[in-house]
Order: sequence, then structure tokens, then C-alpha cells
Amino acid sequence: MSVEMKIDGPEQAQGDQTGAQAVLGYAADRPEGGLKVTGAAPYAAEPCPANMAHGFLVRAPGLGKVRLTNLEVVQGMAGVLTVLRDDRMIRNAAQGTSEGAPVQGVDQAEYVGQPIALVVAESFEQARHAALALRVDTAGDDLVVNPQDAVAADDDIDETAQGDLESAFASSAHRIDQTYTTPSLISAAMEPHAALAEWDGDKLVLRASLQMLKYSRTEIADCVGIAPEDVRVLAPYVGGGFGSKLGICAEAVAAALAARQLGRPVRVVQHRRQVFEVNTRRSETTQRIRLCADMNGQLTGIGHQALVSNLPGEDFAEPVLQATHFAYAAPNRLLRREVLRLHRPAAGSVRAPGEAVGVTAFEIAMDELACAAGIDPVALRLRNIPRNDPESGLPFSSHRLAECLTDGSRRFGWSKRPTAPRQQREGEWWIGTGMAAAFRVNSMMEAEARVVLSAQGVRVETDMTDIGTASYAILGQIAAERLGHPLSRTEVILGDTDLPPSSGSGGSFGAASTGTAVWLACEELRRMLAGRMGCDAADLTLKDGYALCDNRRRAIADLLDGASVTGHGRVQPGEAGDKVRQATTGAHFAEVAVSDMTGEVRVRRLAGTYAAGRILNPRTARSQCHGGMTWGIGMALTEALIHDRRDGHVVNRDFEAFHLPVNADVPDLDVAFVEDRDDWLGPLRAKGLGELSICGAAAAVINAVHHACGVRVRDLPATPDRVLEGLV
Amino acid sequence: MRPFDYSRAADADTACTAACAPDAAFIAGGTNLIDLMKLEVLAPSALIDIGHLGLDQIEEQGDDLRIGATLTNAELAADHRVRRRWPVLSRALLAGASGQLRNKATTGGNLLQRTRCPYFYDTDTACNKRNPGTGCSAIGGEQRNHAILGTSEDCIALHASDMAVALRALDAKVEVRTAGGSQRRIDLADLYRLPGDTPHIETCLAPGDLITAVHLPAARGDRQQYRKVRDRASYAFALVSVAAVVGMKNGRIDHIALAFGGLGTLPWRDPDIEALLTGEVPRTALFERAADTLMRDAEPQDGTAFKVALGKRVLKAVLTEVTA
Repeated sequence: MSVEMKIDGPEQAQGDQTGAQAVLGYAADRPEGGLKVTGAAPYAAEPCPANMAHGFLVRAPGLGKVRLTNLEVVQGMAGVLTVLRDDRMIRNAAQGTSEGAPVQGVDQAEYVGQPIALVVAESFEQARHAALALRVDTAGDDLVVNPQDAVAADDDIDETAQGDLESAFASSAHRIDQTYTTPSLISAAMEPHAALAEWDGDKLVLRASLQMLKYSRTEIADCVGIAPEDVRVLAPYVGGGFGSKLGICAEAVAAALAARQLGRPVRVVQHRRQVFEVNTRRSETTQRIRLCADMNGQLTGIGHQALVSNLPGEDFAEPVLQATHFAYAAPNRLLRREVLRLHRPAAGSVRAPGEAVGVTAFEIAMDELACAAGIDPVALRLRNIPRNDPESGLPFSSHRLAECLTDGSRRFGWSKRPTAPRQQREGEWWIGTGMAAAFRVNSMMEAEARVVLSAQGVRVETDMTDIGTASYAILGQIAAERLGHPLSRTEVILGDTDLPPSSGSGGSFGAASTGTAVWLACEELRRMLAGRMGCDAADLTLKDGYALCDNRRRAIADLLDGASVTGHGRVQPGEAGDKVRQATTGAHFAEVAVSDMTGEVRVRRLAGTYAAGRILNPRTARSQCHGGMTWGIGMALTEALIHDRRDGHVVNRDFEAFHLPVNADVPDLDVAFVEDRDDWLGPLRAKGLGELSICGAAAAVINAVHHACGVRVRDLPATPDRVLEGLV
Repeated sequence: MRPFDYSRAADADTACTAACAPDAAFIAGGTNLIDLMKLEVLAPSALIDIGHLGLDQIEEQGDDLRIGATLTNAELAADHRVRRRWPVLSRALLAGASGQLRNKATTGGNLLQRTRCPYFYDTDTACNKRNPGTGCSAIGGEQRNHAILGTSEDCIALHASDMAVALRALDAKVEVRTAGGSQRRIDLADLYRLPGDTPHIETCLAPGDLITAVHLPAARGDRQQYRKVRDRASYAFALVSVAAVVGMKNGRIDHIALAFGGLGTLPWRDPDIEALLTGEVPRTALFERAADTLMRDAEPQDGTAFKVALGKRVLKAVLTEVTA
């Protein structure tokens, strides 16, 4: 038995249908928090089975055909068990939801840093030493590594146009035409990518740091050449993913192949410097944006043309224009994206692919238009909120941008802002404020979950991952609420492909998708309990382990009569996507100080107001937004993956040189949520949240820099030298 | 990491003698050396731990201060005498690294830390400092953290220390014990060597030479400042930093010492700037000339061109503030 749902239309049941337990929507603690902060939560690399061998990936130092010149010497080094060179090793991590192997092979280095061998030894130190001793020569054609040297092939160009942008632009009252660039960026999750592979006969057990297990299971099966049923993937704890662990990664495939060859468990942990090059990066972008408006600031035309890059053979293309399609109304539109084929590390999903860079550039352009037209930036956005999706004409399932803008500006005190730039000074520091809207597409993925109810309490089981996002907390809250149990008697088991396949974590869809599956599984159990109580499920109240109906009250344990019962839930995206446009929105407000002497920027305040459906746990939701807003500060001011212009290799491959914001860069962050009940989301009515808070956050900072000192930075990040260029 | 011998030296003599072995290295905090060993940029055959020799004392000698070589950066920065009489040193230390690193890193180790040039750390690239004669990958590369003063055709690697910049402005001296048991005291200025065509030789120290202490003379100016500009608010190396020690008399600059970080292949000090400023009444035009003097021989790359303008501005800002 199972309760299944396809989201084809709006939810009919009224209200939130919250149970009587009063745990869903409350700031519950993470149940696994104690384990994590005491080091007791076992991450992928931590279980050390007897007889485990250690692998270390060898990187290609150059581009082209790979040749090893001292293989025999290395094979004879102390402790070395094997130097694995297998055509099934992968060039780079699989893209999310690909379900198949990415490009494989070790004979041709398509980017500098590509793993071309795995050295396995008795100890980690021996493996690393031997890997560094392996001499790798590369020789090949002149492969293109810089965007300025590449031209997109016809197949790599997407364009949609409506109306006539050129004419609208020429005849408009106000217009801007600017080009913005964003650099390559990287997830840089705290936990490096790691895998421990063990074979039991022909069956592979893989402990790994991955986000979407059901897909990765199929991917590694395809890589290795076995059936997915013969793979079990375990990832109960994941120390951050941000997209870099969506697909199977190089160390996991290499570990599986080596473990098979050696007949022993093999662990491979990516070195921190490898984390910066063998997984997927966010593509650099060049974005030309044209906006034109009438006298009142009503947009008449939108042009957004983006150049991105990826390796040959990769389907993923940074979806820069994703939000531009629906963010603002304008009758004349030209949206174009070109993908350049560059021999830099593979590009893929990095937190909020598309909007993180697309909305950022677009919202800087909107600020430039507001300045050009002499209209308040908040007013300009309010004036251009579309009634329906501007391209398809579909209605929005819900749209709360106006509330986000007005509530956000009130919270921030936006009205006190001087209109013109360069009006506020404290010593050598210019002070200014800026804002930007936030947009992110919302999606639902197929997900299944199982909920077991017994005298001991509630147990939720699904292969969902918790990558720091609080899946353990919120899935437990949903089940506890629906089944009337305290959280102390609710257990959540995640991260095991032997459990029902969830959505996995990615695209901010995890909570809404897998949460709905849990809800549906509970629905089955509620119906069963209602039957035993002899009442309708709708009339049943479950609280503190008791079932209540018509003035009757019975312990749920008594209703179960010593047995345990299992509910199974499954949700699938249905036709909703063809009937409505679904998105999340928000507004960011920033205050910065800019040194007139040095060009240094300090963020003094950053506030975000978001509409993202039902908030399941305000504490962990806020935590997600703190993370996203901090990404925004990094995008605006400090983060850039630097490619060597001669061979494209990533120069700054560690935390010292890749500048994530540190505590001193991040002020108190103010997060607020706008009530948003979207009926097109099934009974849970939750939307994706985590990624929304990065979309546009950087633009608010950049716009504040302009308001402070009059310098418009169009090439991110706004490091001191770039700001100084405008100040001198 | 290659296998290596480890010994905990019982006394300074044993340590210095042991360090004469080929490829031997002293280790104290290890915050830089261990990283370099893991990457096999350095592969010492033996590590001689000097962390237990009692070199972590700090003592007053008249008006001067003698700072033990293994005193941690955190302890030195927090010392009440340093904070009161040599505040530029305390500020420079606190502007460097992170709390965790400062708890471990030592005075002597900080002076001898290696450049953070990314090519020096990447054994798949050419680097004259790491492998003499292979070439310099930084020249023509993209990275911003390179030197523009004191560079050569063979090396543009930046000296990374903040502490050493302050010490140069304070005329610090370094006490060195040799393997033969003799002691000598050298000016910090003479410790470092310009890269020239031997960038792998960074100091005048010979095998077995051990820095035992840093001698800090009484500061000649009561106005002290350390200003550091970097890409993020903490835990980043300087794009430009300026240490200033100034004494004013009758509205004129009586004494001035200026040292610079983020610009030079060694902690930079330029006597011409100080000569230009000494005895003068502080004024904008004078500061402009000082800034031009600082940069007269600058040789920036594409990626470091901004340091010329930035360095001048920071110097002018510091001079304006410290002489006000």
C-alpha cells in the first residue's frame, strides 16, 4: 500500500492541515546536531574497516595525451599496492541527475588537474608520496582555455526573442546597455569529497559524500559496469555539497575499481587542492544586459546575452537566464546564451545555478536603470512585477515579490536613504545602501519515503541526504506532526539506497519533495489509525502518542496492538508545471562602507526578506539564508577561482588563496520570511529556500558600493583594486 | 610526505649540530613547514624540534626587549610591554594569519616563513625558488599576490610576513647561534636577500644557524601605525601594508621609519623615503613625493599593476594620519 500523489493542480484541502502536536513550523533543534559537533557523526571517510587500503588521485599536470614515465619505479615504492589506470575512471564529476557515467578515460587530459591514475598503498602517506612521485608527461594540441579565444558552435547557442528589442531600445526614454562579468566559482564544501568502497562478492558498498543517492547509484554502476541493484550507497552525513556532490565524483569511481582489483576496502579522499579542480565549478560568465523603459520606468525591453563555458562533452550549461524569463514584464525581449568549449575544469551546478550569477548581474543592471531614470530602485521593481509569466502567459502559482520589497524596505529603513550617491561619509569611509530583488525557479522532484509507526514511536526512512540543510530535523517534524508524536519519539534514518528513493538534495527541492513523500506516508498511517478508531481520517486528532476522535481517546500503541505498521508515500511532479509558473522571490538590502583610500568594502548590514512557501523550521530556514547571504557577500567582494591564462589550471586551490568570506567579513544578517501559501505544492505547501538567499544578494552589495562612493563595479568580485580604479 | 627523522633537541648546541646534516630543518610551530612537506615542496631528511629549548622567553633588557625565537605570535602580540611601547608590532601580528595559526606560529618561524606564491606550492609548475633553473611561472601568470619591488627576472615572489614588516620599521636585530656555538647579532635588514638569480637562497643563514631571539630596541617614535589592505577583512595576506614609526618635534618629522608589506620580495624599507621626510613639515605635496619615491623602481606585472596606485595611497593615508 502506498499513498501516491502527482502534483497536477492546486491542493484542495483548506489551510495548513497542521496537526495538533505543534512541532512543524517550530524552531526545533537538529536531532543529529550533538553528534556532528562532538565528532561522533560518521562522515564518509571515517569508518575504517580492517585491511583498508588508501588511494590518492594523481592529477594531470598539463593538457593532452598522458604518458607515465616512471610507473615501474612508483609501483615498487614502499607500501604501494597498485597504480590504477583504468579507462572507467571519470574525467570529472557527473552532472546532477545524469544517471549515467560522465566522460571516462585516463589517456587524454582535457583539463589540467584531471585525475589520470589512482595510487593505492597501505597507508595514506605512502599513497600520497607515491602519487606525487609519479611522473606524468602530457603533450597535445593547443587546447583553448580562455573565453576570449573561443567561439560558440551553433549547437551551443540558445535564443528566445519576443517583439523587437532593437526598436524599443532606440525609442525608449531611459536605457542602459552594460556588460558584466563573473568569475569561475567553486562550492568549496567543508568536507572534501571522499569515498570508501568495499565489495561483497559482486556487490559494491560505497560510503561516499554525495547529495542524490539514487542517481549516484546508477551513475557508479554505469561507470564500473555493474547493475544498479548491485550497488548500495551510504551517505548518512554529508559535510556540505552546494552542487559539487550531485553526481558521482572521481574518487568514488576510482575507489570502487581499486577495491575490486585488490579485493580489499579502499578509501580515497580528495586532497583539498583536488576539491578545487576535479569537481564541478560554476562557469565564468560574461553578460550583456540591455534594459529600456518609458518615462515612468515601465520596462519596454529586456536584453540579456550570456557567455558561459564548459568542457567538450558536458551537457550542463550555466542557466544564467533562468530568472530573466519571468522576473519582469516587458513586451520586447531578447535572451541569448552561448556555451564556449574550454579546457578548464568541468562546469556544473553550484548553489543556485543560473540565478546566482544571472540575477546578480540583472539586478545590478536594474540599479543602473533606476539611477539613469531617477527612480527609486524599490519603486522600479514594484512597477515592473509581471501579472503573469511574461513569456508564456501562465499565471504564477503565488507571487509575493511586492510584499518582500515593501516589508524588506520597511525592516531595513530604506526610506531614510539619500537618493544620490556619495552623500554619506564617516572619516575615510563612504557609506551607502543598495538593494536587489531575489528570484529562483521552484521545482518538485519525484520522491518516496517510508514511515514506520510502532509502540516505540515514529521512524522515517528514505535515502534522502542531509548536507547540512536540516533534513533530519524537518522530516522528523513533518512525521511527528502528522502522527502526533513528540520529536523525542521520532527517529529519522537517511542516506542509504536500501531505503526508499528520495529526491536527494539539490536545487532547493529536497525539503518540499521528500517532505511531501513523508507527509503522504503519514497519510496512509493516519487513514489506518482512523479506521481502527472508527472515524474519518479528517476527524482524527493525533497528539502526544494518543488518537482522539469524538471524545474518545486511545493510546496509538494500543491501536497498534504490539505490531508496527508502515506507510509509504510517493510524490511526483505532474502537470502543474504546464499550468502555472512557480518561483520563489525575495528582496535583499545592504549597507556598506567603502574606503576612499584603499577601495576596501565592508558590509555593515545585510537583510533578506523571502517568500518561499511554508517555513518548516524557522531556525534551520534562517540558517540556510545566512549561508546564502554569506555566499552573496563572497560573490560580491572576495571569491574568484583564478585560471592560469596559459593552461587554464586553477591557481588558487586552497582556502588560503580562494577567498571565502571569513567571520570578519560577515555582519549580523537579518532574515525575514513573508507568508506564502502556494496551493500548487501539495499538502505540505513548502517551496525551495536555500538557494534563493544567494540570488541577488551580491547585487545588493554591489549596488550599495555604487551608492556609497559612486563607483559602479561590473566585473565581480569588487576587490579593492577594482573599486580603487573608479575612485582614483 | 617523504619519511624523515625527527629529534627533539636537548639543547641549542645539539640542535645546531644536528641541523648541519644535509636537508635537515628546524621545526617550531610548523604552521608553514608541515604544509610544504605534505605538498613535497620541501622534503627535509630530518626535523629538529626546537620547541623545548626554553627559547620562548620575553625579557626587558634596559629599554630594549629580547623576544625568544619560539615565543608564539599570539603571546607576543598580547604582551603588555609590546602593546604599550611597540604597538605597531602587536598590530602587525594581529593583522596576520588567524587566531589558530598565531597560537602555534613562532617569532623565528614567522621571520623564515616561505612565500605564498601559488606556483611555489604547485610542484607541477616551474619555480626557480623551489627548483633552481626551472623558470618562473608567476611571471606571465594571473595571480595578484606578487611583489613589485626587489623582483628579478627569475622571481617575483612576495615576502608574506606582517610581523617582519613591523620589525623592520622598529630596527629589530636577530640573534643567531651557529653550529660552532658562537653567537652573532644581525640587522633584520641583513637577514634577507633579494632574489636576484638565486631566489632559492632567501637569507644569510648558514646550515646549522639557529635564530634564538629577536632584539627589539626602544622605539624611536611614539607614533606607530600598521595599516594592512587585503582582499578580505581577516585571514588574507597583504595587498599592501605599511608600518610606520614616527617621532614629531615642533611640527616637524623628527624621526620616521617606514616598512612595507605586500610589495617587496623581502620586508621592504627604503631609506630614501625616510631621508626625504625627516625634518620636514607634514604636507600633502611632501607625501606625494614620498609615494613616488617608494614606487620609482616598481616593476609590476599585469595582475599587480594596481599595487602601484594602492601602495601610494596607503602610504599617503598612513603619513597623513600618523603625523597629524
